[in-house]
Amino acid sequence: MTGGEVAAAITRAHREEWARVVATLTGRFGDLDTAEEAAAEAFATAVERWPVDGVPPRPGAWLTTTAQRKAIDRIRREARRAEKHREALMLSDTPEPTGTARPTGALDDDRLRLLFTCCHPALAVAARIALTLRMVGGLTVAEIARAFLVQETAMSRRITRAKEKIKVAGIPYRVPSREDLPARLSGVLAVLYLVFNEGYLSSEPGQEAVRGDLTAEAIRLTRLVRALLPEDGEVAGLLALMLLTEARRPARVSADGELVPLDRQDRRAWDRDLIAEGHALVRARLASGLPPGRYQLLAAVNAVHTDARDARHTDWSQIVELYDQLVRLDPSPIVRLNRAIAVAELDGPQVALAQVDGLPLDGYHAFHATRADLLRRLGRSGEARAAYDRAIALAGNAAETAYLTRRRDDLPAGP
Amino acid sequence: MQYLLSVIFDAPGLATPDEDVAIDVFNDRLRAEGRWVFAGGLGTPETATVIDNRGGAAIVTDGPFVESKEFLAGFWIIEAPDLDVALALAADGSKACNRKVEVRPFL
Repeated sequence: MTGGEVAAAITRAHREEWARVVATLTGRFGDLDTAEEAAAEAFATAVERWPVDGVPPRPGAWLTTTAQRKAIDRIRREARRAEKHREALMLSDTPEPTGTARPTGALDDDRLRLLFTCCHPALAVAARIALTLRMVGGLTVAEIARAFLVQETAMSRRITRAKEKIKVAGIPYRVPSREDLPARLSGVLAVLYLVFNEGYLSSEPGQEAVRGDLTAEAIRLTRLVRALLPEDGEVAGLLALMLLTEARRPARVSADGELVPLDRQDRRAWDRDLIAEGHALVRARLASGLPPGRYQLLAAVNAVHTDARDARHTDWSQIVELYDQLVRLDPSPIVRLNRAIAVAELDGPQVALAQVDGLPLDGYHAFHATRADLLRRLGRSGEARAAYDRAIALAGNAAETAYLTRRRDDLPAGP
Repeated sequence: MQYLLSVIFDAPGLATPDEDVAIDVFNDRLRAEGRWVFAGGLGTPETATVIDNRGGAAIVTDGPFVESKEFLAGFWIIEAPDLDVALALAADGSKACNRKVEVRPFL
């Protein structure tokens, strides 16, 4: 095996096995910190040994076994320091056999426990995101810090504090009870969707508009959740939503760094494979006949968009109908704003503007951008200009600012 | 594990009779389920006295150690296997006493 092949095997093992190693060790030792460090040491050992000894036949089992030995060494070292040698001696030298002894079944998967622990509602949202990317995603602290434009030391503190709270406050390492599962799962999905959205349109002015690293990571983690909970409609819905959004990424920013709205995108640049996979997921959910949740409805909206040959062929009545269902589930102003955008295509900008005005979204750039566009279409240039100004002042991202600025400057002079 | 459930309130005043009944029901349940360690209501912050004997001579100060809009009105100490159980009980406790509740683990 060449050096390149070994390096590729290590990268693949990291992508496929990191979460399982951390999750298994957390299950055995009851401590995220120990699990994380031992997993990192095991991968470092792989980087040292595999080029010499060759890639083991079952890399995952090798990594888990190695990490367990590292964890036991570490606990012994600490125990000696703390003079609690007796306890440490009770730890078995033989790592638990991996992949065979435990009863299988998705709900029993340690990776699911790990996800629910990292996304526990008693942790701040920023901590949930960081912890999930580190523990389940296997991103380094430096990578996470870069992704969220935070100093590495600050990100490290955030993760350490979260682990400390989990340990001291007794956040359980457990899949929630059946009655709590839907609410807790929607908390996990919300974290994954936040990661995806931060990648899809960064809220930070200094960041690239679209960052494939974060969207890809969010999709990978959502695929993992789907593999663990294949029957759940909202998990499938979120995956479909991400795939259908990601498919449009190549057309989303113009060559000169300006955000391109959906109706102006070059649809030939869309990723057909991702669209096909997303559509298949949406169709499967429709065929199930079960009432769709929020992510399934948003996925269906995106399926309608990606189904249309060009913007003019979009089935707007179906989109409005889907938003009607969404408003019944979630009557929040943002959902009503998005519904109004579809209404503008169906019933005209006047009707839509009446629905947009008065929504309590004054601090949200998309609210002002939507108003600006509707006012522009109604020929009310002066008011449109003022709305663009508000949107530009509130928009976080340079690509979005560039687009809004050009639209504003394209307005005809006059009121 | 043991958790301190602090009852947080922003105005002095005793629990209403309805709240008292609900708190009694909740306390009985804590005892029945083996979660009860201790609980009590506290006098207002104005009734507090701070004493500092670090310097050898005890200095007595009238009033609470920290002035704030919100204060500790009472507390429960409960026994629970993990934070999920503690949070579920705190949610019921908050409803019973009609106040915010902070959950904090004992070390």
